[in-house]
Amino acid sequence: MDRPHLTCLRRTSTRLFVAATPILLLATTVTAAAEEQSGWINTARVPLLIALVLICGAVIAGIAIARTGRPLHIRKLAALDAVEEAIGRATEMGRSVLFVPGIQDMTDIQTVAGVTVLGRVAKIAAEYDARLEVPTARSIVMAAARETVRAAHYSAGRPESYNEANIYYITDEQFGYVAAVTGKMVREKPAACFYMGAFYAESLLFAENGNSIGAIQIAGTAEPSQLPFFVAACDYTLIGEEFFAASAYLSGERDQLGSVKGQDFGKLLITAAILIGCALATAAVFMPSLTDAASTFKAILGG
Amino acid sequence: MLQRTVPMAILSLSGLILMLAYFSPMTTSWGETVLDWFNILAAVAFVLGAGNLLAVNLEKISSRRAGWAYAAITLIAFFLMLGFGLLKVGAVPNAEHPTVAFAGGYETAASPFGWTYEYIFSPLTATMFAMLAFYVASAAFRAFRAKNIESILLLGTAFIILLAQTAAGMFLTGWIPEESAFAFLRLDWMKVAITEHIQTAGMRAITIGIALGVVATSLRLILGIDKSYLSKS
Repeated sequence: MDRPHLTCLRRTSTRLFVAATPILLLATTVTAAAEEQSGWINTARVPLLIALVLICGAVIAGIAIARTGRPLHIRKLAALDAVEEAIGRATEMGRSVLFVPGIQDMTDIQTVAGVTVLGRVAKIAAEYDARLEVPTARSIVMAAARETVRAAHYSAGRPESYNEANIYYITDEQFGYVAAVTGKMVREKPAACFYMGAFYAESLLFAENGNSIGAIQIAGTAEPSQLPFFVAACDYTLIGEEFFAASAYLSGERDQLGSVKGQDFGKLLITAAILIGCALATAAVFMPSLTDAASTFKAILGG
Repeated sequence: MLQRTVPMAILSLSGLILMLAYFSPMTTSWGETVLDWFNILAAVAFVLGAGNLLAVNLEKISSRRAGWAYAAITLIAFFLMLGFGLLKVGAVPNAEHPTVAFAGGYETAASPFGWTYEYIFSPLTATMFAMLAFYVASAAFRAFRAKNIESILLLGTAFIILLAQTAAGMFLTGWIPEESAFAFLRLDWMKVAITEHIQTAGMRAITIGIALGVVATSLRLILGIDKSYLSKS
């Protein structure tokens, strides 16, 4: 049923919220600077707050620009372009698709990002009528994953194909979970394996098992220490920020793609800070009078 | 509509409170309250998880699906540990309250719970972890094949690092004086140069990207732009 007054209300509230957030954050920063002595703000974190305000502002500006309809160029991510191919292959082979959302709880942003990617993967799997299995290491992740996959099936127009039993909890124990999932991989041989979330020592155990059964493997994590293992053993790997951009990329929605563009401003800001820092530190070697300036700049950045 | 609006409002509010609590000591308790609520939800969800574990494995056993014996072992282990823990079977009496029932500790190796954990569970997890060594070797074998320029660089770097980690590294190049102009040929010098400069620079670039990604993802969720986790029904 079309409810224009509700749509209008939602749009207005979203706009107000979008506009209010940077203003509130900016107001907090300004007030913090003014009331530094009162103790209601952690002064050591003020530089971080300023950086957060700038980056959040840039992301919101990116969203606003995207809404104007200006063309957005987002670098192609081979790993995400391969998602459809991997699920299509699984469908053709009559095998399942395995999605591992990491071993951390929903308090970890990587798990949140993994579950949002799961939504996109589940939608494609529903469209292809492929069986998607999601074993979880935390019961709250199971609940979130079930809701996400259910939403994806509704979104794909195939609510009848949703099977709650395919998203299940195994154990919180790291290696108990690994034993169960790798055992399943060896027995059932899924044709496509996705590893999206927070991983530790189990990353290579999953990836090597997946490799041994000939599955197409796509991984994404923000754990720098586990990235080499995924790169070595998987077909495609989403490295760090690519993993967080994955959900937006797969959705194709302008708002979400705009937020990815907004991140570029953050990169520009950090690059500028690195260049200024390097220039100051180098100049201080030759001109000792600049030593204080270099130290102050380092202190501002929290170094 | 409420099905989508209420969860989104809870998420946005929780996100903003946690952000505020990080910067303002006066609102730290608000952040703690939000985390307490999460812990309560997680505790409830744990019951849901245990129920799901039972349902999935019982269904496997009753329908004699492939691997049903594993399901039976899982359930036996689950009930045994649950029973040992809840009933404190064989618990060592509490030194301060020896006559009070259920006051003793059940984690010590003297109790069935502790014994099972120490002598069955721990060796099993250690076995899984130990398998990693073989997987590292097989993954390295594939990754270090010199098939293009990038692989050759990777192979060369790995060779230097691995050799420098061993006694052979010192034996081969340790005779080069540290103060000489050729000190850069020492394997330990090369290892430090690679790990502290090249590797650190790469890792920092990745870490900065991750931080920006975290901010953008959090903002997308807080502002309700990414609603993929919400059902449309």
